[in-house]
Amino acid sequence: MVAARGVTKSYGALQVLKGLSLNVERGEVSCLIGPSGSGKSTFLRCINHLEKHDAGELLVEGELVGYEQRGDKLYERSAKQICGQRANIGMVFQRFNLFQHLTVMENITIGQIKVKGVDEDTARQRARELLLRVGLEAKEKAYPVQLSGGQQQRVAIARALAMEPKLMLFDEPTSALDPELVGEVLDVMRDLASSGMTMIVVTHEMGFAKEVANSVYFLDQGVIEESGAPGDVLENPRTERLRGFLSKVL
Amino acid sequence: MSSTESEGGTSLQVVPLKHWGRQIGAVVVLVLVAMVVHTLLSKIPAPSGAVVCHTLNGVKTCHPVVVWRFSWNTVGEYLFNPLVLGGLWLTLQITFWAMLIGITLGLVVAIMRLSHNRLLSGIAWFYTWFFRGTPVYIQILFWFAISTIYPQLTIGIPFSVAFVHLNSVTLFTPLLAGITALGTNEAAYFSEIARAGLISVDEGQIEAATSIGMTTSQTMRMVILPQAMRVIIPPTGNEIISMLKTTSLVAAIGVLELTGIVSEISAANFKTVPLLLVACLWYLLCTTILSIGQFYVERYFARGSLRNQPMTPIQRLRHDLRGIKGKFRTRRVVIHS
Repeated sequence: MVAARGVTKSYGALQVLKGLSLNVERGEVSCLIGPSGSGKSTFLRCINHLEKHDAGELLVEGELVGYEQRGDKLYERSAKQICGQRANIGMVFQRFNLFQHLTVMENITIGQIKVKGVDEDTARQRARELLLRVGLEAKEKAYPVQLSGGQQQRVAIARALAMEPKLMLFDEPTSALDPELVGEVLDVMRDLASSGMTMIVVTHEMGFAKEVANSVYFLDQGVIEESGAPGDVLENPRTERLRGFLSKVL
Repeated sequence: MSSTESEGGTSLQVVPLKHWGRQIGAVVVLVLVAMVVHTLLSKIPAPSGAVVCHTLNGVKTCHPVVVWRFSWNTVGEYLFNPLVLGGLWLTLQITFWAMLIGITLGLVVAIMRLSHNRLLSGIAWFYTWFFRGTPVYIQILFWFAISTIYPQLTIGIPFSVAFVHLNSVTLFTPLLAGITALGTNEAAYFSEIARAGLISVDEGQIEAATSIGMTTSQTMRMVILPQAMRVIIPPTGNEIISMLKTTSLVAAIGVLELTGIVSEISAANFKTVPLLLVACLWYLLCTTILSIGQFYVERYFARGSLRNQPMTPIQRLRHDLRGIKGKFRTRRVVIHS
């Protein structure tokens, strides 16, 4: 589903990703963990081309992200083609990023109507199903400011799901939440994972990683230091760095 | 009776704190307001020195004719004068078209200014620099005189083929020159307002829109602009009101809008003050209507940014009246000790 080989990315002189490789199969849940500044979020953002990677190969469903290979040249894709690719990849942000001027219902339907060309009734119908799934069926007329952080994040997940994505990216979805609201968001994600969605999750919730992930990647300073099944990586860390990191977050 | 026994405690009357400074200030302001009202409604002997005499019981008494100090009767005479109303209509038209040009062009300039392309953002910067940096009065005179430097305007392919030739003198009537000058000048100011609005929208909104597959143009129209409006509307209301009055400058190139027409009339009949008052009353009426409109437009675009909508003026009045009633009620507090 997602294949990365030697992905690098620099901001000026600072190299954030130093040759990252990983493979995520369909239906798998992968968690990226690591200290802040390790490049987890940057890598996640490269997958849906919110950031352009500098070198290396990044494929989603066998297609190069942002580029098209013709002969021995890579052609940058047009904005429109990239939009088409993105619509298949849902993304959930740390700070929710719900459209502040739209109601919950409008937040969930706008992408379906304007990007996918779904008619309004079908879009609403689908939005109601999703709201039911994230437990917010009573909030369709509310504006984001009127919701708690946990509720906003659940709406954000519903908004991403409305596009019927094949892959979901989560960028520290619970980091901006009050501790007592973390659980409700993780519940929705757990439910989503068990429904067979392919997910890549940047997180500090080690419990969630242990329970839900098929594989865990530990990033540090732009490289994958350790990876494997959560049981192995989180219970028996091989490197000193991971041991140090886990002792701080657990 | 300031204290009573009740419910096992003592109920004490609360003596509100007196705000002496505020109260003195209020009295001073009240006196000043009374003076203004008094002078506005005062009467003086007619400047012509005319007297009226009448005879009562064979005794003839004379006294000078008194008139309103501010000639309100003349004001009333000219308020609905067709010429004045024509001038008012022209003022509104110029304001509308100049603002339309200003907002459209200004938005383009603002988006150019935010472009990653250095040439586009550089030109946008230059536009703002030039049009903000020169007096609008000169710009009006300049557009009026444009036919002297470009007697003929040509539409065609640059540096080669020409399709249509237009005569500048007939094309750039004083009215069109005035509207063009005010509009292009306004664009420079509005572009800065729009730019402030656009950059006030959180970057996360753009990322979210992008992540669900919206194109740049969809993101701009459906996500950024509606949220930028909340920041753009108040200063734009200011600009429209300012424009309404700046239109009076086109009198300089012979367009007789409201100010132009009243000075023209008063030049003929010397009733300067009442005619200026006529113009002021119309300007005030228009500004009032615009301000009310602005309030509701602001309220509309504020949706989703506040948990509670701001009160409408009527709601606010009711709220204030309840507050005043509360001031005269004695407040008691029960103390258990």
